[in-house]
Amino acid sequence: MEPVTSTTITVDVNGTSYEREVETRRLLIHFLRDDLDLTGSHVGCDTGNCGACSVILDGQLVKSCMMLAVQADGSKLETVEGLAADGELTQLQQSFSDHHALQCGYCTPGMLMSATALLRQTPKPSPDEIKKGIQGNICRCTGYWNIVDAVTAASGQEVESRD
Amino acid sequence: MLLREVEYARPSSVDEAVRLLGSHDGARALAGGQTLVSVMKARAAAPDVLVDLNRLEELRAITVAGDTLELGAMATYTQLMASSEVEVTRPVVAEVCAMIADVQVRNRGTIGGNVCSNDPTNHLPPLMVALGAEFVVLGPDGERTIPAADFFLGVYMTAAGPGELLTKILVPAGRRDAFEAITLGADGTCIVSAAASLTDGGVRVALGCVDAVPILVEPASADDAAVRESVQAAGLEPPSDVHASGEYRRHLAEVVAVRAARKASAKS
Repeated sequence: MEPVTSTTITVDVNGTSYEREVETRRLLIHFLRDDLDLTGSHVGCDTGNCGACSVILDGQLVKSCMMLAVQADGSKLETVEGLAADGELTQLQQSFSDHHALQCGYCTPGMLMSATALLRQTPKPSPDEIKKGIQGNICRCTGYWNIVDAVTAASGQEVESRD
Repeated sequence: MLLREVEYARPSSVDEAVRLLGSHDGARALAGGQTLVSVMKARAAAPDVLVDLNRLEELRAITVAGDTLELGAMATYTQLMASSEVEVTRPVVAEVCAMIADVQVRNRGTIGGNVCSNDPTNHLPPLMVALGAEFVVLGPDGERTIPAADFFLGVYMTAAGPGELLTKILVPAGRRDAFEAITLGADGTCIVSAAASLTDGGVRVALGCVDAVPILVEPASADDAAVRESVQAAGLEPPSDVHASGEYRRHLAEVVAVRAARKASAKS
C-alpha cells in the first residue's frame, strides 16, 4: 500500500462491523468516541499515562490513544459498552458496584477493560497480580483498594479485611 | 489529540518497508508506537510518512540459532516475556521486559522500537550493550550487522540511518545477567539503571541515564569494590533534572552497578 492521508477501514466493535473513512492521523480513541459515538472509553490524559481509553484489540489490552485508527483496520475491538451488551452487568461490573470501586467513575471504563483482560489470563489473581494488571490505569480519586477488592471478589475469592 | 497530518503506509513485506522508508523524505518506521505516537502528540517529532511495521509477522519471530538468540525487531515485550526461546537462551531479556511500564505498553511496545528510539532512560539500550548484542540493519544497499557498542550514537540517535530498518537483534546465550534500576514508581521511567553480565570473557556493566548513550565499564571482577572502582574510573558527568541531580545520579550509578553485579553473580 502506498502512503495515503485517508482511507476506508473496517472494524468489528463488540460484535458490530463498522466501515468508515478515516484520516490516517486519527487516533483510535477519537474514532471510537467521535466517529462511532461509543463514548464509554474515556480520554483522560491523552498522553498514554492514565489508561482511561483502554480497550481490547484482538484479545490484547491496549491504550486506544496510543495508536492510529487505521492500525485497527480488520481487527476485533472490545470496549466497555460490550461488557453489559444485553443490559445485564457482568460479574466484574456488579462487583465494582458492590465494593464501591468507583468514585467519580472517570477511570472506570479503563479499569474494567484491564480487569477483564487480567481475569481472562489469570482467573484467580492475587492482590499483587491485580495491582500489576491495573498498573497502566490511574484512578485520581485514588480508590485503588476498593478496585483490588472488587476484582478479587469478581474472581470468586474472599476479600481480606483490612480492619 | 489531533496529530499533525501524516501519510500512512502499511507494507506487506520487509523489502517493501525498506523501499518506502528509502523513497520518501521524512518517512519513519512505526513499530509499537508507544513512544512515537507520544512524541508526535507533543510535536517533538513530525514525520511526513509513517511506515507501519505491525503486519510484518516475519519481524516478530523469536528463534535460536546455535548459541544465539535471534529476536525479531517487532517482537513485543509481552511476546518476549512469554517466549520459551528467551527463557532458555537469555532469560534476563524477559525479566527486564517485565519491568517496562504496564500491560498495555508491553502488549504494543517492541524491542526494536525501544532500542531505535534510544531514549537515555530506556531499559533495553544498556541491557543490549551489557549482553554484547548485535543489530541487523537492512537498507537499500543490503544488510549490515552493528555491535551494540557502536549502535547507540546519541540521544534518540542510532547507527540505523535514514532509509534503513532494524530487522533483528542477535543476543549471545548466557544466564548470569541482571538489571537494576532506580525508577519513578514501580516499573516506571529509570532515573539510573545498570545491566550486568558475567561471562567467561569477564564482567560487563552498562549504565543507563548517566550520559547520552549507555556507558560500558568492565570491572576486574564482580566484587563490590571492583565494580565501584570501575564506575568511579568512568568519570561520569550525568545530567541533572527534576528527579535527580547529576551528583546524586553519579552516586546511584555505583549503587545500581553493585546491585546488578551481585545479583548476576548469584545466578548460575
